[in-house]
Amino acid sequence: MKTLADLKQIGDQARILEVHGDDGVAIRLMEMGLTEDEEIELIGFAPLGDPIEYSIRGYRISLRATEAARVEVSDS
Amino acid sequence: MSDSVTTSSESSSLTVAMIGNPNTGKSTLFNALCGGQARVGNFPGVTVEKKVGQYRFKDRDITLIDLPGTYSLSPRSADEMVSVDVLLGRQDDIPKPQAIVCIVDSSNLERNLYVFSQIRDLNLPTILVLNMWDLAKTRGITIDVNELRKKLGVTVVTTSAHRQDGIEAVSEAILQVIENEVTPPPRLFPDAFYSEVEKLSAWLVEHGEEPAHFYLHERMLLDVRGASEEATNKKNTQQLKEYLGEARLRLAAEGCRIPAIETKLRYNWIREQLDGVMVRPASDHQLSTSDRIDKIVTHRFAGVLIFALLMFLVFQAIYTWSGPFMDVVEGGQNIISATVESWIPPGTLRSLLVDGLIAGVGSVIIFLPQIVMLFAFIAIMEDCGYMARAAFLMDKLMTRIGLSGKSFLPLMSSFACAIPGVMATRVIENRRDRMVTMLVAPLMSCSARLPVYLLMIYTFIPATFIFGWLPLQGTVLFSMYALGTLIAIPVAWILKKTFFKGETPPFVMELPPYKWPSPRIVFDRVYDRAKAFLVRAGTLIFSVTVLVWALSYFPSDHTELYKISTQMESMEVTTPADQETLDQLSAQHNLLAGKLIRESYLGRMGVAIEPVVKPLGWDWRIGIGALASFPAREVVIATLGTIFSLGGDVDEENPGLRSTLAAATWPDGRPLFTIPVAFSIMVFFALCAQCGATLMVIRRETNSWRWPIFTFAYMTTLAYVAAFLTYQIGTTIGG
Repeated sequence: MKTLADLKQIGDQARILEVHGDDGVAIRLMEMGLTEDEEIELIGFAPLGDPIEYSIRGYRISLRATEAARVEVSDS
Repeated sequence: MSDSVTTSSESSSLTVAMIGNPNTGKSTLFNALCGGQARVGNFPGVTVEKKVGQYRFKDRDITLIDLPGTYSLSPRSADEMVSVDVLLGRQDDIPKPQAIVCIVDSSNLERNLYVFSQIRDLNLPTILVLNMWDLAKTRGITIDVNELRKKLGVTVVTTSAHRQDGIEAVSEAILQVIENEVTPPPRLFPDAFYSEVEKLSAWLVEHGEEPAHFYLHERMLLDVRGASEEATNKKNTQQLKEYLGEARLRLAAEGCRIPAIETKLRYNWIREQLDGVMVRPASDHQLSTSDRIDKIVTHRFAGVLIFALLMFLVFQAIYTWSGPFMDVVEGGQNIISATVESWIPPGTLRSLLVDGLIAGVGSVIIFLPQIVMLFAFIAIMEDCGYMARAAFLMDKLMTRIGLSGKSFLPLMSSFACAIPGVMATRVIENRRDRMVTMLVAPLMSCSARLPVYLLMIYTFIPATFIFGWLPLQGTVLFSMYALGTLIAIPVAWILKKTFFKGETPPFVMELPPYKWPSPRIVFDRVYDRAKAFLVRAGTLIFSVTVLVWALSYFPSDHTELYKISTQMESMEVTTPADQETLDQLSAQHNLLAGKLIRESYLGRMGVAIEPVVKPLGWDWRIGIGALASFPAREVVIATLGTIFSLGGDVDEENPGLRSTLAAATWPDGRPLFTIPVAFSIMVFFALCAQCGATLMVIRRETNSWRWPIFTFAYMTTLAYVAAFLTYQIGTTIGG
């Protein structure tokens, strides 16, 4: 399974397939607009490699690597 | 606006609720509408701030309720349930709102409309406020407002609240919208969902539950482990859980998978509404200016360097730059005290005025410079967008100690003073992280502890070098600073495992585009914080100061002391003989003052607790010093000065105090202060919650007495145990 956390190159884009789970983290991710079929782009990493900045729905969002790993993606 | 006006015209008073995402300028709009007139309190039983403002517009009294910023209206906890309860009129202390103002960031419309789409489902008169309209324009985003109004079926107003643009239009829209009929909300979900909602309503009635708003029934189905279940149903909790599980399975079989379905449908709907209405500049896949700034600001080296410089600046500001302002406050206090002293002869009234009331007011105002400085920095960093990046940079480091990136700034500020530090925890949205940060913040070694360290170190620690090059005194000082920080790590860990259990909160954070900070927003925020501190915490700090004055004053008989004071004040010193008499009187005065404090309630308490502090290596004199320092630790030096009969005007550099301490003995002649004793005092002061002001600010920020009492108890216990171990181990090794 490929997840958001697998994007390594800045500027990499992917299409979201599914956010796994039904806990608070998963729901927050979906509410912030990480929904099926949405395009997402890797913008950069924090100095220690975590958290990670992405671009989605025209805004920038920061996710921890553990949270990004919950988001299954396919190459777009 | 006075309360009497609003109660007399209650019938024509309108209740309006404001809701929206965080960082949309909601409080700026709120302030612009109410002109800064707001009552701040708490919703009963939960730690959610209730901000209610009142204003008059075209002969109508409008009561505005500011709901906490939220990305979604799906209550997952009791705290989040409050907003839904207010909107549906289920909150007892607030009338049901006649209109909802939903405020969104025009430059980030798509995500902001998510909570709007949920609000639409409430089927209440709603106004959509497109705030930051100027910003959207400068970013090249165009929105066809008329078309949007038609598509959404609600009133749409554009504002730039920080420039006061469009404020009146919001009030106009409020008066208008309550007259109009509400366009029914769009049916976003498949029919299968709505029929399940109906079935659920029927099931609830069948099982003897009070019928609730249909929105709550929708939420029950949509929110797995949500808060609407418990909030509306008292009797059949287990049965209901099973029923909802089955209903969700039925829906899944129809292709309606919960929870993913809600976000998917709502975002699809938003896209449809914005199609042809909003045009963004085509550069979405290129780097914007903001992205280019980000490349530097979050850069592995440059970013860390910028962050370190900024934090250094913040720390300097609260540690050093606020110094002159604090001197002004102290100077002012001295002038007022001197004026009072020239009017009133020595006596109880003068002592009450000078040492009680004036000192009490001074003890509150003295913190203002630091609070204003820190919050000016925070407001600027928040408004320009840097704050989120600071949290982004520090998050990994802070997760190692169980907190998040947002805890860094409040904790760092606490090294200067825990009061602004505790207040700064407001930048942490997550309640658990905020509480843990607040409760460990007083462990950071604040500037008020420094005089105690310096007195002990320079008097008792030899100025030698370890390994021939490492200065011993400096090392001891550093280890005192490190002590609190290191202890905070296990304390935070334990708090997370006990009182604040639960899944790790998500650190899903928006990184807003950079912009120039708005002076108005910065000013408003600083003013708001300073006022909150003075009004809410100030009265409590003042009361504590006066109380401690009374404890250290009564019931001793001060007549003799005042006789000497009067004599000293009326003396004219012209000859060396006069000077000698004055010195004698002064010595007599100090001796008597020391005796009187011993006889006071505070002194008696100190003597009574000697058996308790003896295991720390202390006698009753140090005990009184520590006891008198509970409201504010910096007074220990003056108290020690008084007790050791040197007068109260000594500081940590006073050679007389140092030599007196060094010469002090137990009744049997053993020296009182040994190196283990000096260490046990320092360790005690490093860890103890000897700051009434901090505790009162915690009381104010948590709106509960539980947490200041808890902080006091855990820190004092910790301090006692650590000082005990320090002394006992130190004596064993050294002895």
